[in-house]
Amino acid sequence: MPELRINGGAHELDAPVGTSLAHFLREHIGLTGTKIACNEGHCGACTVQVDGVPILSCITLVHTVDGEVTTIEGLRDHPMVDAFVRTDALQCGFCTPGQIVSATALVAANPSPSSEEIRHAMAGNLCRCGTYPKIEEAISTWQG
Amino acid sequence: MARLIKTEKEVEGRYTEQWIVVEEDALEQWPAGPQDTVGRPTPRQTGLQRARGEAQYTADIQLPGMLHTAVLRSPFARARVSEIDLQMAEKAPGVRAVLGPDTEPLTDEPPYQGAPVAAIAADTFEQAKAALALVEVEWEQLTPLLDADEAVAKGELMDEPSTHERGDVERGLAEADVVVEAEYRTQSVLHNSMETHQAICQWEGDNRLTVHISTQYVWGIREEVAEHFGLPQDHVRVVCRFMGGGFGSKNRPGSYTYIAAELARKTGRPVKCMLSRREENLDAGNRNATIQRLRVGARSDGTLTALDGSFVNATGWDGWVASTGGPMRMLYACENVRTVEHGAKLNLPPMEPFRAPGFVEGTFGLECLLDELAAKLDLDPLELRKLNYAHTDAMDERPFSSKSLLECYRRAEPHWERREQVRASSDGTWKRGVGLASQVWYGGGGPPSYAWVRVGADGRAAVITAMQDIGTGSATAMAQIAAEELGIPVDRVEVSLGDTARGPFASISAGSSTIPSMGPAVRSAAADAARQILEISAQRFDREQRILSLKGGQIVSSDGGSWPLEEVTGLLESGQILGKGSRGPNPTGMQVLTFGVQVAEVAVDVETGEIRVDKIAAIHDVGRVINPLGASSQVEGGIIQGVGHTLSEERLLDPATGTILTQTLDAYKLPTIADVPEIVTDLIDEPDTHLTNLGSKGLGEPPIIPTAAAIANAIRDATGADIRSLPITREEMLRALREAHERDRDRVGAPSA
Repeated sequence: MPELRINGGAHELDAPVGTSLAHFLREHIGLTGTKIACNEGHCGACTVQVDGVPILSCITLVHTVDGEVTTIEGLRDHPMVDAFVRTDALQCGFCTPGQIVSATALVAANPSPSSEEIRHAMAGNLCRCGTYPKIEEAISTWQG
Repeated sequence: MARLIKTEKEVEGRYTEQWIVVEEDALEQWPAGPQDTVGRPTPRQTGLQRARGEAQYTADIQLPGMLHTAVLRSPFARARVSEIDLQMAEKAPGVRAVLGPDTEPLTDEPPYQGAPVAAIAADTFEQAKAALALVEVEWEQLTPLLDADEAVAKGELMDEPSTHERGDVERGLAEADVVVEAEYRTQSVLHNSMETHQAICQWEGDNRLTVHISTQYVWGIREEVAEHFGLPQDHVRVVCRFMGGGFGSKNRPGSYTYIAAELARKTGRPVKCMLSRREENLDAGNRNATIQRLRVGARSDGTLTALDGSFVNATGWDGWVASTGGPMRMLYACENVRTVEHGAKLNLPPMEPFRAPGFVEGTFGLECLLDELAAKLDLDPLELRKLNYAHTDAMDERPFSSKSLLECYRRAEPHWERREQVRASSDGTWKRGVGLASQVWYGGGGPPSYAWVRVGADGRAAVITAMQDIGTGSATAMAQIAAEELGIPVDRVEVSLGDTARGPFASISAGSSTIPSMGPAVRSAAADAARQILEISAQRFDREQRILSLKGGQIVSSDGGSWPLEEVTGLLESGQILGKGSRGPNPTGMQVLTFGVQVAEVAVDVETGEIRVDKIAAIHDVGRVINPLGASSQVEGGIIQGVGHTLSEERLLDPATGTILTQTLDAYKLPTIADVPEIVTDLIDEPDTHLTNLGSKGLGEPPIIPTAAAIANAIRDATGADIRSLPITREEMLRALREAHERDRDRVGAPSA
């Protein structure tokens, strides 16, 4: 049985061929922090990292994943989480895990991104509540 | 003693009379300004759970043995099912139950694209979907009615046209020095909550039903579901702890709840029915399109002599006729006003309320018309609005419970005064300008609403009420109110909500009503608990109760003594102090409304029609602000949805067939972080002294109302072009520029007298 590394642990890949990574995370191993909002790669809610690179897990077949998967559950203690809460960068919160996964990937590569860089990196994560100004504030101030 | 009184209840502009029980005299309001907790920026209580992905939304709930549903929906705007064969689907792998068009609310005469016809429950969603492909259907396509004006001409209406008239509009127009006439159009927009509409239904035996649902109103779901299945209301339990956005579209059960409940009854297993994003954009509601034919008459000094509006709402197959004429009737002191509102019944998906339904659309028309008038009279648009300020409710002469719109205008001035400077910053083909628009809306909330407050031995409190927090942060505001009244830090208060089996009746989270409806009930419950704590403290510490108060987690005596709260509550061990509270009536004979103004700065590339919104300043009067942090988030969210509504969002139809072309989030253009202007929020934060024990009005809807008109008026300031239709696509922008160019050329080229 092939294995998939997720948040530092190994998981048996016992899903049918054709299963998406998002579906595998949510339905097979119970990691429901990764949300599905469009299921066709348009909204960013399902964003996870593979070897630190943000990808859309709803349009990624789980059997094609080659690398360590990091989901929001693996980023729970990242200071970005507190920054989002402190700045009120979430309302309904459904897109928030995906936003934070994208934001942590951004600051891992570029710890002090400019407004322009934040807007470029985060433009693929939709938020219908309109928390964008505060997401920008959270990412600008994540180091406290 | 309990008193029975009759009061007026308003939700999103619709009034009903309501009997309520009032148990005690209202508490006095706190003084204006920040208190220990209320009025202070407070991060939301469930923020960490949501941010860490720990919050369990309806989408995340997995019940043992739960089945999944796929729904067969009409691909046509109007059709009849002449034959349907479900046998193959019934035998497909994993399928546990199938419903055909003879089960309510499924239908064999789907009146709009996306209307549900059949449903399949299977072990997995993939199996249900695969079985759906095996359903054999013969569709008879019928000619749909799609054009709103045509529907009005044919009398295909939701209701009788609604006419409001005061004074004599024809006389007012005759007395006018200037009359401006214009037709405005607004598009249909889609809510697109990130969590799609969905429910999980589970029966216990044949007469008890639990519904987990992403909703704005657990009690409304309970009532409708109980009625549908002929159950006592207490046999239906509705649960919604976390929900992923609604914006007005999740007030009612919808067909998916009944489908899940029917399939659950048939199979004896819990069943989930979840809309896909594409289904969401067909059958989860929309803000309906409107056509507004408006006239305004004014004297040369700017005094309005007449306002006249004929409105057509393209309501769709079902829904209600949101008042597009409301702003015209309510915003200005004009003696002669007439609005006629039609709701066209069309073969299009039913509307559902969307954040200030009717008023967003009607304010676009009215406030653009006012600026066209100002341009014609060569008057300052802000001065024109101040000149026609309504000091009492223009509809029925009632006084306002509070109105600080003049103060809003005063605070708008520094932003408004930037227009010379902004215009001067125009550069090449990029023209810049400033525009403003006013806002009026409801938002007073009302009874009934109840809350309980429980204080334990550890001196911590729980607010228990079956309300919902749909993402607005209302739960945090409730914690702040209880903390203030109990004199404890806010982190010692939990809020338990979202379950009709665990707490009393609470308001719908719609119509900007959660805080003004629930807040006073929570304060009253906390005060009941606080009174009991002070009574037992007086006995325990041998003091007169009148010299005791609760502050900073202490019982404080004005003679200098102070004791930690736990010193009294700790005596109770497992015992608890229980307080209960209810929402009192709104002030008799007064109109409770919210007001505001927004000032927009834009840049327009007159060669390409590209528009950029650089800045929006939002100044609103919503009474006392409980949480300035959450309030600024509400304002930003409303404005960003407003920017989408103004510039990019539109549900597109194939005009020949009535089928919907924008079902996905790449076709339907929501604003992204890169589209967001600078937003300045300025809330007046003066308690409405006539309204409840809090003085707070609602804030959810006001900020989206004036945004479109403010942007359109800024575009006129920048370019001279009159915007008449939303969204302002490049096509509409270039059309308006061309029209303005032709108008100017005709004016210059006209032979002089």
